[in-house]
Amino acid sequence: MKINENSRRDFLAAGLMASAALAGCSSKNPFTPDELGEVKPSGEMVKLLSVDGEVIEVDKAFLKPVPDLPSVSNDDARVGIPGKKFAMVIDLSRCKSLKKCQTACNHMHHIHPGQNWIKVYPMQESEKTAPYWQPTTCMHCDEPPCVKVCPVDATFKRKDGIVLIDSDRCVGCRFCMAACPYSSRVFNWEEPTIEKEVAHQPYSCETSVPQKKGTVGKCDFCPDMVRQGSLPHCVSACPNGVFFFGDILEDSITNGSETFRFSELIKDKAGYRLMEDLGTKPSVYYLPPVNRNFPFENHESEKAEEKKS
Amino acid sequence: MEKLAENKIIEDLLPQKFGKQGVIWVISLMIVCAIGAFAYARQLYYGLEVTALRDYVSWGIYISNFVFFVAISLVGSLITAVLRLTDVHWSTPLTRIAEIIAVSAIAFAGLIIIVDMGRPDRFYNLFTHGRLQSPIIWDVIVITTYLFVSLLLLYFPLLPDLKIMIGFKERNGKWLQKLYEFLGSFWKNKPAQFKITNRAIHILSVTIIPVAFAIHTVTSWLFATTYRPGWDSTNFGAYFISGAFLVGAGGVLIAMYVFRTHYKLEKYITNDHFDKMGKVVVLLALIYLYFNINEFLVPAFKMKKSEEEHLMGLFTGEFSPIFWFAISTSMLIPILILITKTGRKPNAAFVAGILVVVGSWFKRYLIVTPTLLHPFLPMHDVPTTYTHYFPTWEEWAIAGGSLAGALLVITFFARIFPIIPIHETIIEAANENLPHENV
Repeated sequence: MKINENSRRDFLAAGLMASAALAGCSSKNPFTPDELGEVKPSGEMVKLLSVDGEVIEVDKAFLKPVPDLPSVSNDDARVGIPGKKFAMVIDLSRCKSLKKCQTACNHMHHIHPGQNWIKVYPMQESEKTAPYWQPTTCMHCDEPPCVKVCPVDATFKRKDGIVLIDSDRCVGCRFCMAACPYSSRVFNWEEPTIEKEVAHQPYSCETSVPQKKGTVGKCDFCPDMVRQGSLPHCVSACPNGVFFFGDILEDSITNGSETFRFSELIKDKAGYRLMEDLGTKPSVYYLPPVNRNFPFENHESEKAEEKKS
Repeated sequence: MEKLAENKIIEDLLPQKFGKQGVIWVISLMIVCAIGAFAYARQLYYGLEVTALRDYVSWGIYISNFVFFVAISLVGSLITAVLRLTDVHWSTPLTRIAEIIAVSAIAFAGLIIIVDMGRPDRFYNLFTHGRLQSPIIWDVIVITTYLFVSLLLLYFPLLPDLKIMIGFKERNGKWLQKLYEFLGSFWKNKPAQFKITNRAIHILSVTIIPVAFAIHTVTSWLFATTYRPGWDSTNFGAYFISGAFLVGAGGVLIAMYVFRTHYKLEKYITNDHFDKMGKVVVLLALIYLYFNINEFLVPAFKMKKSEEEHLMGLFTGEFSPIFWFAISTSMLIPILILITKTGRKPNAAFVAGILVVVGSWFKRYLIVTPTLLHPFLPMHDVPTTYTHYFPTWEEWAIAGGSLAGALLVITFFARIFPIIPIHETIIEAANENLPHENV
């Protein structure tokens, strides 16, 4: 995991350099001494991938580590992305509990081992009804009970519908955890085990990284990815296209390969939300587990029984 | 009350030095506090990891203890304010006991809630970023108000007594003398001063009743404003208040007995006082029982799916031993003891008081924890240790330390100040004696 991440980061850094270089070529040389100081070409060339997918070569001396990109300010992170209202649709007929969503989410948010922001529940309403898998994220409610009870405005609702946590402000009273009927919040009971470089980054409400001891964490709908025009990690990680993400105001929703009109999808497939009777008005919609792609097989209970015996 | 000369009253009621028992008591309490402090130091260093609290049971015995402290502190308003305003005089010797229990308990309620915080270092955020729509902020406001009103209600009636004590310079020693003078040297027993303090006490007595109702109602709202089965109840405010008056009155029974036997105050805290407090406790226990029946019978009649697991867990499931223990020790058995005349004799009443307080502590545990083990969505995708809760030694030590700390405050108060109001006792004795003399 670690190796992958480093190489991924290096790759991204290199990509950024390359794109900067290409963008700069049209107007002026970006490596002018007045900007970067005197750089002596070392003669050692490094291959890079440009944004156009071309392999280019740059002298190693021109490479320098990209500083932490200036993230969105706390004030902007609290307002949200203007003109958007985000929603998620989870198609239960496609889920076979592969938990790739969970793995990706845990990895990208450096979640404490054993804890999960995304949970995949084996659900069965009653003895005679059919069992199915139900992944849950934070519901990003429009009437969020957690936000109502927070004494310090550490968890807040943005104009684009996303509910986030400011871990630099959270006092750790855990009232929001008691208030959330979806059990979607987790607490950092001890100092999170995160690599040093990540742990030393300034906290950003939009990445929810790094998690901090004594504060609450939860699914954030990955607004940092959304700001870049990408999909949340769970959406892109799911090989079965269970998760759809989009903007209700645009009325479009996508899992990366398929795109639907949000309203039509909900209408055609009889979408619903969890615990509607509580009046929390979630932003996460579910499509019922009908005409399923996979039969329901719960290996978790078998594993648990194996452990017991 | 038999005729008592003023000098005799003063002599009897002046605070006394700790005897051998007293020293042992204080040292043991200090040891418990020290263990609690050590456990808290560990918690500060390692984080709430040292507790058994996890994502599902995110509130445990710290919060039960908080509710318990807030509950027991309500007695101050019952004895000092309600009985004072209704012109009931038999409770006069008990007012200061009730008020110091109130002050000490509410102070430790505030402390234990900081102990429960994941980031106590950010406590100031409650003031710099406080949001009025959060019930926690309401609690901060009303608890602070209650603490200050209670402190004043403790202080004003103390002023004439301070003047009496300042007169015993040699007995007091240098340090206490300075303290008494600092607190009360301006008091000259002038009629104008009495007029002002009496008026102030009256205003405070009126003020403290709504504030007292507010502290415990708001505390109940910390639970009732959520959706969870067992907490989502419109009955909760009244249920909490009635339980609070009960545990406070039980606490007063215990304190009455301990002070009476330890300081030989039989002439001041009489059998009659136990008889009357006993009756009060029976009444309060019956009221609390009434609200319990409302709280459990009505949802049990319907057995909504979300409530069922929770209720069955209490009635016959894993929490049933504690549940029936708490119901019987905090209400049923004390009612049976105190409803008889012999049961209201000091020894029996003392036992009943202990049952009430112990049962009530466990009742608070049951209010907090079982609900959290029955979330709407089943407990899933967490380590198995997250699916049950039994407090760690650090939690017991910190909770125990806070209880010991509250007792220590009461003990030191009784060492420094007269636990029975001297001045008021003199006045009442005089009033009582007058008609006799006329006859």
